Amino acid sequence: MPNVSFDDLLADDGRVEPRDPMPDGYRRTLVRQIAQHAHSEIIGMQPEGNWISRAPSLRRKAILMAKVQDEAGHGLYLYAAAETLGVDRADLLDQLHTGRQKYSSIFNYPTLTWADVGAIGWLVDGAAIVNQVPLCRCSYGPYARAMVRICKEESFHQRQGFEILHTLSHGTPGQRAMAQDAVDRYWWPALMMFGPPDDDSPHSAQSMAWGIKRFSNDDLRQRFVDMTVPQAEALDLTLPDPEIRWNDERGHYDFGEVDFGELTEVIKGNGPCNRERMAHRLRAHEDGAWVREAAAAYAAKHAVPEEGAA
Amino acid sequence: MNDWPLWEVFVRSRRGLSHVHVGSLHAPDAELALRNARDLYTRRQEGISLWVVPSAQIVASDPGEREAFFDPADDKVYRHPTFYSVPEGVEHL
Repeated sequence: MPNVSFDDLLADDGRVEPRDPMPDGYRRTLVRQIAQHAHSEIIGMQPEGNWISRAPSLRRKAILMAKVQDEAGHGLYLYAAAETLGVDRADLLDQLHTGRQKYSSIFNYPTLTWADVGAIGWLVDGAAIVNQVPLCRCSYGPYARAMVRICKEESFHQRQGFEILHTLSHGTPGQRAMAQDAVDRYWWPALMMFGPPDDDSPHSAQSMAWGIKRFSNDDLRQRFVDMTVPQAEALDLTLPDPEIRWNDERGHYDFGEVDFGELTEVIKGNGPCNRERMAHRLRAHEDGAWVREAAAAYAAKHAVPEEGAA
Repeated sequence: MNDWPLWEVFVRSRRGLSHVHVGSLHAPDAELALRNARDLYTRRQEGISLWVVPSAQIVASDPGEREAFFDPADDKVYRHPTFYSVPEGVEHL
């Protein structure tokens, strides 16, 4: 049983495990990607958490709490996966808090109405699933395993969002208008979640070669459009893009041009809620300091003294 | 103090199966590690029993020594039943 090299492993579609030798660039890319993914999960708790106290029924409230709890769980799976690469969760959080690491731009948009909770579940989690399913086959074992758990849990998120919008779109004219407005505002930002177009995505080729990324940004975006257009018809809602139409020749839906200038601006920090999200995260972290300290003090006090200790 | 210590989490999904490693988490002590493991890894009835083990307590084989370490099994194909030839027609063997 000879030791297999990193390149042999990748060529054989094998999985790289934490203590295997790996190129520095591979490790750095994974840390950056997994950390950004983890940060997105915990920042993603904010837009929806905003509606827990105002959910329209006890049923919706219980569902929304379970969903936001899942996002926290997903963040923790991912921080644990990142730590297998030799980094500390506390350091990663510090990098988020000081702006050196990013989170998904989608969470910088506000949730203005209850229908936005539906649009986030249907479109944002829908886009996330399209992005994440291929990551279950990522070449790095711990990341792939975390993604398997996450993908299983995400499908409930998407369905509950679809159900919210379906209920609203078949309700009063006011509810219907609210659902349409939420879809109008979230459609384009959801398409931006797949990242810049392929000819402007500098790291894609290397990530594909390393088996971290399995499909290009534009391929995944197309896949999302193809699955979402018929769902919008089932909801009896309109997607805010007059250019969407089936293309028989390509076997895909054509769609209009995404405004990647907006994506760049939001990533740079100029989205509608960037400052609010970061301020909230920092406050939550600082306000929780006494809990962390108390738990550590309690653990120290109750630790069994080592045998022979004075 | 940087962070709480790391714990490895093992879940028995049902009777008759062994505990399987599912991931890790940070917790200040064993009691909170168990509670956090319940909230993190069994939110959908994935388990009926949980183990948490301080990660620092796990002793692992060295991946760099893998070849030499597992070498003794390499040349002992006679440990497998398929090594032996059986005359045609002989059953239940």
